[in-house]
Amino acid sequence: MHLPNTDRRTFLKTTGQFLIGFNLFPLLNCSPSEKDPNILQAYSGIPERPHGGRDLIDSWIRLDAEGHVTVLTGKKELGQGIRTALIQIAADELEVDIQRCHIINGDTGQTANEGYTSGSNSIEGSGKAIREAAAEAKFFLLQLASAKLECSLEDLNLSDGTIEGLQNKKTSYWELLDGQYYEKTISGEAPILDNKRHQYVGKPIPRADILELVKGKAHFVHDLRLPDMVHARVLHPPTYGARLLSIDKAKVEALPGVLGIFVDGSFIAVIAEREFQAVKAWEKLKESTVWEKPSINPLPDRLFADMRSKAQKPEIIQENPNISEKLNNSPIRLKSAFQRPYHMHGSAGPSCALAKWEEEKLTVWSPTQGVYPLQSTLADLFQVELTNIRCIGVPGSGCYGHNGADDVSAEAALIAKAFPGKTIRLQWMREDEHQWEPYGSAMIMELEAGVSKEGMIQAWDSKIWSDSHSTRARGDAGHFISARYLENPFEFKKGGFSGGAYRNAIPLYDIPALNLKLFNYDGPLRSSALRGLGAYANIFALESFMDELAETSDMDPFTFRINNLKDERAIAVLEELKSKTNWNAMGRSGNEGYGIAFAKYKNTAAYFAVMAEVEKDPERKSFKLTRMVGVIEAGQCINPDGIINQTEGGMIQSASWTLIEAVKYDEHGFLSKDWNSYPILRTNDVPEVEVYVINRPELPPLGAGEAAQGPVAAAIANAVFDCTGTRIRELPITAEKINW
Amino acid sequence: MKKPLELQVNGAVKTVEVDPEEPLLYVLREEFSLNGPKFGCGLHQCGSCLVLVDGEASYTCRIPCASFEGKKIQSIEGLSNGDKLHVLQEAFFEVQAAQCGYCVNGMMIAALELLEGNSNPKMQEIKSALNRVICRCGTHSRFIKAVKKATSSNSNL
Repeated sequence: MHLPNTDRRTFLKTTGQFLIGFNLFPLLNCSPSEKDPNILQAYSGIPERPHGGRDLIDSWIRLDAEGHVTVLTGKKELGQGIRTALIQIAADELEVDIQRCHIINGDTGQTANEGYTSGSNSIEGSGKAIREAAAEAKFFLLQLASAKLECSLEDLNLSDGTIEGLQNKKTSYWELLDGQYYEKTISGEAPILDNKRHQYVGKPIPRADILELVKGKAHFVHDLRLPDMVHARVLHPPTYGARLLSIDKAKVEALPGVLGIFVDGSFIAVIAEREFQAVKAWEKLKESTVWEKPSINPLPDRLFADMRSKAQKPEIIQENPNISEKLNNSPIRLKSAFQRPYHMHGSAGPSCALAKWEEEKLTVWSPTQGVYPLQSTLADLFQVELTNIRCIGVPGSGCYGHNGADDVSAEAALIAKAFPGKTIRLQWMREDEHQWEPYGSAMIMELEAGVSKEGMIQAWDSKIWSDSHSTRARGDAGHFISARYLENPFEFKKGGFSGGAYRNAIPLYDIPALNLKLFNYDGPLRSSALRGLGAYANIFALESFMDELAETSDMDPFTFRINNLKDERAIAVLEELKSKTNWNAMGRSGNEGYGIAFAKYKNTAAYFAVMAEVEKDPERKSFKLTRMVGVIEAGQCINPDGIINQTEGGMIQSASWTLIEAVKYDEHGFLSKDWNSYPILRTNDVPEVEVYVINRPELPPLGAGEAAQGPVAAAIANAVFDCTGTRIRELPITAEKINW
Repeated sequence: MKKPLELQVNGAVKTVEVDPEEPLLYVLREEFSLNGPKFGCGLHQCGSCLVLVDGEASYTCRIPCASFEGKKIQSIEGLSNGDKLHVLQEAFFEVQAAQCGYCVNGMMIAALELLEGNSNPKMQEIKSALNRVICRCGTHSRFIKAVKKATSSNSNL
C-alpha cells in the first residue's frame, strides 16, 4: 500500500478538494477483494489524505460535496463505544443528521496525533477537539451563507446542513463548499451550541458496530484478509531472559506449507501459507529449540517482603510536617496494610497484527491504543524515518490497557522485513498472551490515619510500594518485548516510574494533613498499564480503610464518608446510591452482607459509588457476590447507555480481579498459561449489576471508562467484612481467607 | 495431504481441498471467509470458536474438519434471512450486548443451542449455557438480558 503524500502543498495542488471520504475498514481501497462476501463496502468518498496539524478544522471534521461528514480522531475504538460518542458530539455541533456522519479512528496517514487511548481521556480530549472543530466549521460556513444569502447571521436558520435565509433563500453546507478546500484553523471563538439544543448528546444512540458484530461481519484486525497474506507464529522464549542455544530448522522447514523461518538472536518466527500450518510449525519449533533459562526471582512467597526490602528510596509525593502530631493527637488511630497481586489484562482474543514492507516502506495494521507512539517506536526499531511507516488502527479484542497489541505489531513488522512484499498476519497463541503481556503490578499500600471524636479525619499517611504502571512504547524500541531478544538487542530502560502508581492514593476526603510516599520497586514480572493503573489497588486500600475507620468510629459508612467530604458532586453520588439501595432499610439478619465504596477517578474524572452485596454459606465455608449497584456521574453524559455499558463491564471485570485473580509463576516461569490456570469470572458467578447515571449536561464531560475498578474491590471487601467479620486486606478475596 | 472434503455451512454445500486434519475453525475462516467463529485459546476453554453442528454448540479450534462431513454447520453469519435479523441478533443489538465484541459469536452460539431445546429457559439455565464462553469486558449481564429478551419477544427461534 502506498502512503498518502504527506506533503500538504502537493496534496492541495493535486486534489483541490475540501473534504474527503473514508473507509469503514481503512484498507479496503487498496485491496479490493470482490470474492469475499464479508468485506464491507467502502464508502466512496474523496481519497484519504494526511492531517495538517491539530489546530486545523480539517484534522477533525471533513465535509464532502455529497453531504457526508467525516469525523477524525486519533483515539482508538476499544469496545468502549468512542466512535458513536464522538459522532454524536460532531452531529450535534454541526446540527446535521447523525446518519451523515462517519468516523476514522487512529491512522497515522490521516488522523491527528492524540497519543494513546488511555486514562479515560478520549471524551475529555478528542471529544472537546471535535466539538470545537465542528463548531468552528459551522461558524465559518454560516458566515459564507450570510454573504451568499445577503442577510445577517441572526437571520439564518440551520437544519441538517441546509441553511435558510430571508425570503426563502436557501443554501447548504455542501453547496457552499462547492468542492473548494478551505484551510481554517480552530480559533476557539466559534460559539458552542447550547446543550439544551442537543439532539444526540445525552441520548442512548446505539453503537452501529454491534449490528455488524451480531451478523459476523469483518470487524477485528483478526478478520483482515489481504492479497499475498501469509500466516505467522512467533515462538517466544520459555521464560523471561531465556536465550536460544540451538535450533533445528530442518524438521520445521519440511512441514507442509511452511514458507520460511526467521531467526534473529532469540527471536524466532515461522510463516506458512495457511494459518494452521503456521500453528503446526510453531508446535514443532518448540521441540526443535534448546534454551538457556534463567530463573525468576523473587518467588511469590517472598514477593511482598522483597518489595519492602529492595525498593528504592521513596519519592515524597506529598508531605505535611505536622502529620505526626496530628496522628498522635487523634483519639482514634488506625494502621493497616493491603496487598494486590499481579493481574492480567487477559484479552479474549490473542493479539494480532498485519504488516507489510514494500519499497522500503512499512504499513502496519494494528490493534494498538496509539498509532503515533507505535509509529515512532517502530522508527527506532528499524532506524528509518517516520514518513516511511504508516500505522493503521483496527479494532482488536478488548485490551484494557497495555497488553500485547504493540508487541505483536512490532513482531509482525520484524517478520515482514525479512519477507518483503508479503503481508504478514501474526496472531499470538493463548499462552503467548497469558505469559508475555505486561501485567498490572503487584502493590503494597500501607495506610495510617487519625480520626477525631466527632468522626472527622485529621491525618492520613500513605506508603505505596509498586512497580511501574506504564512501560508503553514511546519511541524506544526496547519497550517492544521481542526487540530485547534480537541478535543486537534493544535495551529496555524502564525510565521514570509513572504517577500511575499513586493514582487516587490521595483521598478526595477533606483531610487537614496528608503524607504520601512512593517506593518504586523493580519487580520480577513485566508490568505496565492495566485499566485504572494504581487507582485500582489504591482505592481498594483507601476505601477498605475508610470502612475500618467508620467501624472504629462507630459510624455508618455512608455518614462517615459524607461527613468527611466537601465536594458536593461526590456527596450527591453517595446520596443517590444510598437512596437507590434503600440502605437504611436493608435487612441484616440473614447471611447477607453489604459494603460500599466511592472514588472520583484520578480525583479529576468521573465520580462513582458502589454497593456490593454478598451472601455467605457458613456450612460450606463459601460466599458469593450476588449484586452490585453503582452510581456514576461524569458531568455531561454523551451516551448514557455507553456509560452504563462501560461501567457494568468495569464492575464485573473488577469483581473478577478482586475475587479470583492472581498471576502465578515459579522459578522456571509462568504458571498462568491459559483460562484454567488463570480463571476469570464467568456467567455462573457474575452478580446482578445495576448502574444509575447522574447526568449534568451543563458541565464538561468527564472520563468514565475506568471509574468502577477501584471502588468495586473495596465494596466487596467491605461487604465480606459486614457478612463474616473478617477483614481481608490481601487480594484476591477468597473464601479460604475468611475466619469461619 | 490435501483432500477434497464436502462441508455444509449455513445451508450451502461446498467442496474444499484441505488437510483433513486441519481443525474446522481454520477452514471456516480461510475457505468460507467466516468471521464469526474466532480463535481464542485453541484449548476448548473459551468458546470463541463455537459453531452449531446439527444444532449443538461445538468447539472448532481443535477438532479436525473431516469429522464434520455430512453434518450441518451453522455460524452466526447464517442467522439473518436477507435483511431480516434473527430474533437473537435483534435482541443482542437492542440490548447493545457487546463491548469489544470478541466473544459475541460464542455467546450467541451458546444461546442458540439453549434456545433450540428450550424456548423459555430459566435464568440459571441461561447462565449455565453462556458459562462456557469467556468474556473479558464484563458484558455478561447484557448477554443474559439479551437471551432473555430473545425468548420473550418471539417464538421464531
